Amino acid sequence: MVAFIIRRAIQAILVMLIISLIGFSIKSNIGDPVRDLVGERVTPAERAEIADQLGLNDPFPTQYIRFVKNVLHGDFGTSLIYRKPCLEVILKHAPATIELVLGAALIIILISLPLGVFSALKPKHLFSRFIMGFSTLGVSIPVFLTAIMFIYLFSVTLGWLPSYGRGETIDIFNNGYWNSGFLTIDGLRHLILPCISLASIMLPLYIRLIRSEMMEVLETEYIKYAWAKGLSPMRIWLVHAFKNTLLPVVTVFGLQIGIMFAFTILTETVFQWQGMGFMFLEAIQRADISLLIAYLVIVASVFVLVNTVVDIFYGFINPTVRISGTK
Amino acid sequence: MPHLLELHDLEVRFALRTGDIIAIDGVDLTLDKGETLGLVGESGAGKSVTGFSIINLISKPGYISKGKIIFNGDEISSYSDEKMREIRGNKISMIFQDPMMTLNPVFTIGFQMIETLQAHRKISKADARNIALEKLKKVHIPSPEQRLEQYPHELSGGMRQRIIIAISLLTDPAIIIADEPTTALDVTIQAEIMDLLQELCESENMALILITHDLGVVSQVTERMAVMYAGKIIECGLTDQIVKHPVHPYTEGLIKSIPGTVITPGCDLVQIPGMMPTLTNIPPGCAFNPRCYLKEAICTTKTPELKDAGNGVWAACHMR
Repeated sequence: MVAFIIRRAIQAILVMLIISLIGFSIKSNIGDPVRDLVGERVTPAERAEIADQLGLNDPFPTQYIRFVKNVLHGDFGTSLIYRKPCLEVILKHAPATIELVLGAALIIILISLPLGVFSALKPKHLFSRFIMGFSTLGVSIPVFLTAIMFIYLFSVTLGWLPSYGRGETIDIFNNGYWNSGFLTIDGLRHLILPCISLASIMLPLYIRLIRSEMMEVLETEYIKYAWAKGLSPMRIWLVHAFKNTLLPVVTVFGLQIGIMFAFTILTETVFQWQGMGFMFLEAIQRADISLLIAYLVIVASVFVLVNTVVDIFYGFINPTVRISGTK
Repeated sequence: MPHLLELHDLEVRFALRTGDIIAIDGVDLTLDKGETLGLVGESGAGKSVTGFSIINLISKPGYISKGKIIFNGDEISSYSDEKMREIRGNKISMIFQDPMMTLNPVFTIGFQMIETLQAHRKISKADARNIALEKLKKVHIPSPEQRLEQYPHELSGGMRQRIIIAISLLTDPAIIIADEPTTALDVTIQAEIMDLLQELCESENMALILITHDLGVVSQVTERMAVMYAGKIIECGLTDQIVKHPVHPYTEGLIKSIPGTVITPGCDLVQIPGMMPTLTNIPPGCAFNPRCYLKEAICTTKTPELKDAGNGVWAACHMR
């Protein structure tokens, strides 16, 4: 198991190096850091001097190594818009996005598991047909439309839920970084619509994935054998079939959590949610290259981290992976 | 003395969109305590379906449409699923064809053995574990303690089939139904597994229904046999008699087609011409008539019944 984890960690580091290389290539080719620093009204001679001081004339590998060193020390440069270190800007925006994704993930898990399993066990039941029909509908409606419909229905018409912002938040660590909406009623009320909107894209996919995986597992010989052993239906479905169903679902879920971070851009824009996606859009509009690259590298590392964790978790639930990993 | 298991005029249908097809057509079988019975036939003859219908576990859309199954004097074919569960894996165990596919890949051997016991008895984990160990020893598995902690993929096919046999022994069943238990194994392991099954049936006084297409195995292991063709039993009786003096031309063809039985070395094997009809297309009269060298006019009009052919053998043939 230890060898397996180490191997996965090395792979993760390699992937991160490649991503940082791509990020740095973009940074060194797009935009002009000198202009970012001093603006337009400086003579070319002075510009050259500043560029020299910043090391912009050094060969590419030297600059890249310096970039990686800085990044490892948490230094992604300074954001043009916020006039603050990029890392600080991103860290301050991250909690909002993380809470949004967590809330959406929770909704997906709580709804897709029971619905997927039910529609696999009773495919001909009226409710299963309803679930499948509804999920086809859900998968074909884009998130911004769902979000706007939710706002119209629940905020404008019914007035039940707030339509924008995070509401009342609490600074968990008292240092200005993690303002959580999970701890106040108002914060939770603000979370509901954005989380449901974000979950709505993935939810139908999961119901269908869980259903088809489960149906496949139910046809296997070992499930038939479980019946022949005289086990109870609940045990066969919820222990024997369920665990095998989970294997592929966990992998996909891990990948999709990363993608959900990217999808928040739409949701955050519609709900004016002050998270990373909102910030990213702002950075693009105002050509804040340093912030963009920092966002790219940090989101990529979240991706890699999540995938590595999922792989290790997969190793725990799938014994065959573990064994091949130790050999 | 009443029989341990009786099948009376059993009919199994598969409900397809185009209408029902009859997979098992009026099968009568009996099995006594401690007896070994071979169920022989080609693929699709209905032998596996017969086996599964005994524990009422026919794959959908199959169902028992007629007839009775009586076990220990009770008509188990009328049992509810709930009640049937007390029979399955408890009084009647099954061994499946492919040991590589039969065990759940994500649970340890110990888990899968203990849960079987706990499904049928109120028993603590520790006690169940002890019984599991005892049964693993009975099927000659080396270092059984260690096996309990292992996952199926860590064991070879032969080893897994032994474990499945051990699982079927856990509850001391009266009958074991083995559905082609050695087909997926290589030849040397096949012999070991068959020897083991035979040995266990004798020592535990269990009845065995051996479903196979391998006449060689049947003649070595079983006391009685039944030959199935297109959903019907066409010959049944004492294995020794049938192998030596087959009555039905189909059985005769099967036996002659085994290398080294009737034919001297160097000669061509005897083949039965043609193929078994599909269940949707069974010819009228005797289902075997298109392939039969004894065929007469009556064979295409009247379905033959099983009749006493002497020496403890019954056969369904107009000509013999």
